[in-house]
Amino acid sequence: MPLWSRIANTFRGNRLSREIDEELRSHIEEAIEDDRDPAEARRALGSALRHREASRDVRLIPWLDSLRSDAVFGWRQLGKKKATSAVAILSLGLAFGACLSAFRLIDALLLRPLPVKNSDRLYVFQYEGIGFDGNPFKGEPCEYPMFRRMRSNVRDEADLLAISYASPRDLTYGSDEDMEKPFLQYVSGRMFDSFGIRPVLGRLFTVNDDLKPGAHPYAVLSYDYWTRRFRRDPKVIGRSFLLSSFGEQTASNELYTIIGITEKGFTGVEPGTITDIWAPTMMNRLVDQPNATWFRTFVILKPGVAVEPVREKLHAVFRAFREERAKAFAGMPRQTVANFLSQRVLLEPAAPGISAAQREFRKPLAALAVLVALVLLVACANVANLMTSQAAARAREMALRVSIGAGRARLVQLVLVEAAILALLAAATGGAFAWRSAPFVASHISFRNNPVRLHLPADWRVAGFGLALMLAVTLLFGLGPALRASAVKPANALKGGDRPYFRGRLMQALVAAQAAFCFLVLFATGLFVATFERLSHQSTGFSPEQLLALDVVILRPERPEIWNQVVEHLRTVPGVASVGLSNSAPLSWGNKSSRHISMNGGPPSPDSVFFVGVAPGWFGVMKIPLLAGRDFRSSDTSPKFAIVNEAFAKRYCPAGNPVGKLFNDGVQIVGVTLNASYDDIHGPAPPVAYVPLHYVDPKGIVLPMRSATLMVRTASPNPLALVSTLRKEVARARPGFRVSDVHTEDELIEAQTVRERLLAALALFFALLALLLAGLGLYGVLDYSVLQRRREIGIRMAIGARATHIVWRVAADALAMVLAGAAAGLGLGLIAARFIEALLYQVKPSDPRMVAIPWLVLLATALFATIPAAVRAIRTDLATTLRTE
Amino acid sequence: MARTDSFQGSIDLLVLKILSRRPGLHGYAIMSAIRERSGEVLRAEEGSLYPALHRMEEAGWLRATWITKDKGRRLRVYRLTVEGGKQLSKEESRWQTVTSAVNNVLRTV
Repeated sequence: MPLWSRIANTFRGNRLSREIDEELRSHIEEAIEDDRDPAEARRALGSALRHREASRDVRLIPWLDSLRSDAVFGWRQLGKKKATSAVAILSLGLAFGACLSAFRLIDALLLRPLPVKNSDRLYVFQYEGIGFDGNPFKGEPCEYPMFRRMRSNVRDEADLLAISYASPRDLTYGSDEDMEKPFLQYVSGRMFDSFGIRPVLGRLFTVNDDLKPGAHPYAVLSYDYWTRRFRRDPKVIGRSFLLSSFGEQTASNELYTIIGITEKGFTGVEPGTITDIWAPTMMNRLVDQPNATWFRTFVILKPGVAVEPVREKLHAVFRAFREERAKAFAGMPRQTVANFLSQRVLLEPAAPGISAAQREFRKPLAALAVLVALVLLVACANVANLMTSQAAARAREMALRVSIGAGRARLVQLVLVEAAILALLAAATGGAFAWRSAPFVASHISFRNNPVRLHLPADWRVAGFGLALMLAVTLLFGLGPALRASAVKPANALKGGDRPYFRGRLMQALVAAQAAFCFLVLFATGLFVATFERLSHQSTGFSPEQLLALDVVILRPERPEIWNQVVEHLRTVPGVASVGLSNSAPLSWGNKSSRHISMNGGPPSPDSVFFVGVAPGWFGVMKIPLLAGRDFRSSDTSPKFAIVNEAFAKRYCPAGNPVGKLFNDGVQIVGVTLNASYDDIHGPAPPVAYVPLHYVDPKGIVLPMRSATLMVRTASPNPLALVSTLRKEVARARPGFRVSDVHTEDELIEAQTVRERLLAALALFFALLALLLAGLGLYGVLDYSVLQRRREIGIRMAIGARATHIVWRVAADALAMVLAGAAAGLGLGLIAARFIEALLYQVKPSDPRMVAIPWLVLLATALFATIPAAVRAIRTDLATTLRTE
Repeated sequence: MARTDSFQGSIDLLVLKILSRRPGLHGYAIMSAIRERSGEVLRAEEGSLYPALHRMEEAGWLRATWITKDKGRRLRVYRLTVEGGKQLSKEESRWQTVTSAVNNVLRTV
């Protein structure tokens, strides 16, 4: 209670003073009534002011009171110069908001622990070493038989969970026509229990739902999916859906029953993907295959168990399992087998989950975080300069405060409180900016053609970061000016000359720092923009214009002839120029198969080759030219014939024409094509072997197909206009055929460069912001210096100095600082470039153009910023100046 | 002669004691009472009484109210709270202990 009354008293300080004064007055009046001499009574009372101060100090909280009065004073100071304050708040706010947005994204994707029990004891099983291609590699997918052994081996120390990669799957709640593609994930039955996740409806899996392969066709929906798809309809429990399952060449449809909905907040273990449906691992048909790797193993250590012994136990099982598997690697190079066996097991902490999106965006987000931090530093330098120049204008006020007994600490507090108000207003502006901008940026991130879906809460983590950042910012731009202001020497200040050159030096140092940070931002931006530019002009080797990729699926597999009928039908549709059939579109994220090959019965290749199934005519549709040999004929079948690309030819037939050569037990090369991008647009085209879709097994049976990609080149420049017609025509061509997904090839190419586009666009935005801020800062400093030296300038002008000379005198120092800053920035940039090299493509940081362009931009901005000050200097009129002083 | 600091040291005790006997006194009356009862020995700068009163008020030992005297002049009068009563007995016994200890020393040395 007393503390509360003191806080309350602090905020009604004036009334408190009045009451104390009244009480002291009534004391005197009582004394006079008591027939004492008024003068004597006053003397006996002592100093009323001192008693009032002493009383105030016991009745309120002195430090809070001084903070309050400083805040009121600071607020008035800011209000006095509305325009400058607004610029400072807005610029700082933008930079602050950018930082906060970056934090929200980074936190949501990379840092925030999963909302599960025991996330601090959660690890993911990984292995690293040399991969099949001879390069260093780190992997995590596991085989279920190995998982079983590992689980029983560490039963006493840890809980092991198998969680598959969430991927979009074709399923339907009704007829075949109503297929949809939610994200499905196979999980161990004990997962929900281990994670402490409860159902909001129905029940979740238990160990008993995950015992026998194929015996538990149950599904659990995520709260998010239940909300989106079913509007939280409780009747969804007990409903069933049909899931299409794709095997190598076989397929089936499985009927699942929905048994429960998870609680809100849990969206799976892959940040960036929101899992919609969970099924037990036993329902995955790969569960008993010793060679199939299809899930991640998560390890939850029991309390008090150390990591290393568990890792060693897991490694022993891993090694033994691999040795068994390696027995089947007949004919593989010895080194490859040795590499396979010498891989090492790691247990990585996985509190924030683990996902491919994390791996893809970790570096770009880190680079962006550095960029926004630099922009914030530029903004801080700006505001520090502003406050320093204001402190100069207020030197007399400060001197007066010192004269009447204000301590140094009190003056520091005064200026810092003003800085804190500024920071608070900027933080509010920035917070509002981040509120919208983080989701906006997140909505522009996609990964493998699927938008990255991030849960972006604004909770205590974000608020705490914002608060810490605000305090840091306050100290960063407030402490320098505060210390400088408090060091005021009353005698000097009142004389009107408080070492202006010293203060000028601080401001110039800030200008140099600003230029350095700004150059860094520009330099990095240049690299990112150039990277994106190179990539978007990268030749793909095929013509992507007016090209549609239609993924078509059927529930009952059909022979290639039937598929050809669909292709023939589409060729007759008006608006269609040509149609080709293949098993996947170039640069799509569908299933791609790559295998080791052996040329002419030789040893298997150390690296693998992509195998793409195509029908005759496909090369024509794609406009991939044949260099030698011929296209496939409709009589060609697999595995007998192949057309290879140049990369293949160079790699495996370095001497002479590959046409006619044989590989892999008699597959004959009948043609060679130019290279075309297939898997990844970054880097040179990999070796590719195109083979006929028509696959005949050793017994002479033609294998039916249940999915394929139709490449349709349209006659009109807008291929999307034809999509709805094509969907209808595919269904009309043969009953049961259905388009499950459509992309334009341009879209697929764009999706390959999402990361680079995002980096380039955001970096460009921050570069413009930094440039604007640095320009404003330089303008402010020059303007201030002209104001400070107007007497000198006026006298020089009066005695006949030329205008160019005056301008030079005004601008020279500042420009020298900008150049010095840019040089420092370049040094830092070349060091920093090493860390972002992985994000660059065909761009060298040491390229003179990459250095010259940011340098020129910065210099041009600096020159532009000097114009107003130069004009002001030239217009200085000695008479006016002397009169105002 | 009594010095200011010894008066300051016991001012809480004196104020509490006087208010326990005569509740509802204002500052001037409290001061007069101390002076009269002490036979003019305990005198101090009169104004320093007020910070002490306000301190005790914040500590919760006293409760203050404004009363209006004739001619509309306001006076701030003080009363002991329950907490203040407890504090008084604590201070009294402390004072007795200290003075008897000091007396013992004076007698025996």
